Amino acid sequence: MSTHSGAPLKVLVLIKYAPDPQFPRSLGPADESYRLDRSESVLSELDEYAVESALRLAESRPDDEVSVTALTMGPEGAGAAVKKALQMGVDDGVLVTDEALAGSDALATSRVLAAAAQKLGADLVVTGMTSTDAETAVMVSMVASRLGRAQLGLADAVEFTEDATGINGRREINGSRNDYTVALPAVISVTDQTPNPRYPNFRAILAARKKPMATWDLSDLELRPEEVGRAGSATTVVEAGNVPSRQGGKVITDDGEAGLSLVDFLQERGLLRLDGNASETAAPEQEA
Amino acid sequence: MSTILYLDEITSPLDEHTAELLGLGELLEDLMVVSAATPSQEALAELGRAGATHVVVPDADLGASLAVNQARLLVAAVAELEPRVVIAPAAPLETEVLARAAAATESAIITGAQTVAPDLSITKSVLSGTGYTVVRPRSGTAFITVEKGAGSARELQDAAPAELYPLPLQTSAAAELVRTQPLDTGSRPGLETADVVVAGGRGTQGDFSDVEDLADALGAAVGASRVAADEGWIGHEAQVGQTGRSVSADLYVAAGISGAVQHVVGLRQAGTIVAVNTDEDAPIFEIADFGIVGKLQDVLPQAAQEVRRRRG
Repeated sequence: MSTHSGAPLKVLVLIKYAPDPQFPRSLGPADESYRLDRSESVLSELDEYAVESALRLAESRPDDEVSVTALTMGPEGAGAAVKKALQMGVDDGVLVTDEALAGSDALATSRVLAAAAQKLGADLVVTGMTSTDAETAVMVSMVASRLGRAQLGLADAVEFTEDATGINGRREINGSRNDYTVALPAVISVTDQTPNPRYPNFRAILAARKKPMATWDLSDLELRPEEVGRAGSATTVVEAGNVPSRQGGKVITDDGEAGLSLVDFLQERGLLRLDGNASETAAPEQEA
Repeated sequence: MSTILYLDEITSPLDEHTAELLGLGELLEDLMVVSAATPSQEALAELGRAGATHVVVPDADLGASLAVNQARLLVAAVAELEPRVVIAPAAPLETEVLARAAAATESAIITGAQTVAPDLSITKSVLSGTGYTVVRPRSGTAFITVEKGAGSARELQDAAPAELYPLPLQTSAAAELVRTQPLDTGSRPGLETADVVVAGGRGTQGDFSDVEDLADALGAAVGASRVAADEGWIGHEAQVGQTGRSVSADLYVAAGISGAVQHVVGLRQAGTIVAVNTDEDAPIFEIADFGIVGKLQDVLPQAAQEVRRRRG
């Protein structure tokens, strides 16, 4: 039988303040570098799973000292995402904000987040599966790479190993369900198959007000302005716009024969192969 | 300047997505493939006919190290070949490997390219498909993951098989695979490659038999909304949308699915969309080519029966 060595474990959750997908979202004009309108933003829904998983990891080791910190990088308003994480139950929060950060691409963002993880001395870094705005899903790999650590991305379930020196994670890859173990320190990302994020109750909301929340700028991370933002990025957005949505077609109300109308529609569109092969090859048991 | 195509695994025959990437034309000057696993002789012959001269493989077994050592291999290959671009299919494993290698080499990473122009202007979808951006890399090497549909498979030429080029590699600590269990995919076609998909959501109320019946009549794959997968009515592998799979079917039948933006993003590559829903205000009707306001439990069985009748 083995237990954790005793040194406090630090878990860092990287979160993003992203536009709420329930409202229409749009990109800004060219003279504003196509920046996303963040007025209706929230703690990114998929990052709530990362917060929940980090909290459950900490709660699974009540006898060990496991602390959970939530950190975001963004404009001042992004502090709202950290506040939400504090209400959910993380111990403390950090907002990294600096004018020079505007326009950072994935490469520059990962530089900032890795520097922050280093400063905090995080043993385990947790991210969501992807952001709900840029949808690149690269941060887990880029932060792990910069920290020189192993990674376990897109885990559907995570737990500490018995001795809490590593993480067991389950992931689906190419039609298989795989179980992995990764030794700490490590960087992981969790999917929306992990347990549902908790709703903070009134008491938790009040308690969150007393929790420490730090605000850091570049000098706190010993980064120079030219290493971040547009200057520190390796990509340039040259054009952006909104995609015209698909146009809806005819809508009918079922009069008892809509199933037949549906088949007529498919036949008109040439979407119904009447040779019968598709049906036989795909579902042999239907013919048996 | 050379181009690297990174593939985690190489099948023979080459899968459709890989064949498309090999068809990206003038982008692929002096093409080398880098792969974590040694391909078969048949695959080497096919890659050769598709224009690749070499396949760089590690001289050590990378196991299932989840990106760490695959990225080391790719970084070593990039250092040797100094390519202008490294491309890979936009898939989870390949994205991890390219992102890790991009950070290690301080290079641009652009994911989910829908088109790649010869000057490396890349169009990609953002905000669940409601927006797009055109992005250009500024670093010496650009790492790009490419969606299905960006190229078209080119005709194979008479050419020598690609040659193996083993690269010495020091592996380092990574996630370890302790157990693997194949998931049962059944006899239906795969969701991502199927020509027809019939999907069910909340409106099934947990009973997918009508969805499955129409799917079998049409030779279709079965899909689901996030609600249906979260409720456990069907396996998560059937989920279509932002946190599930994307479909590229010619026909997508959405039954009892309201059409939240997170679901619809998985339909970007779909052809015709048919929706059946009891709520006439469901957003799915705004994008459906043909909509039926009604109960899927009435409409789907009738349609399935009619399909079978017309087929004789």
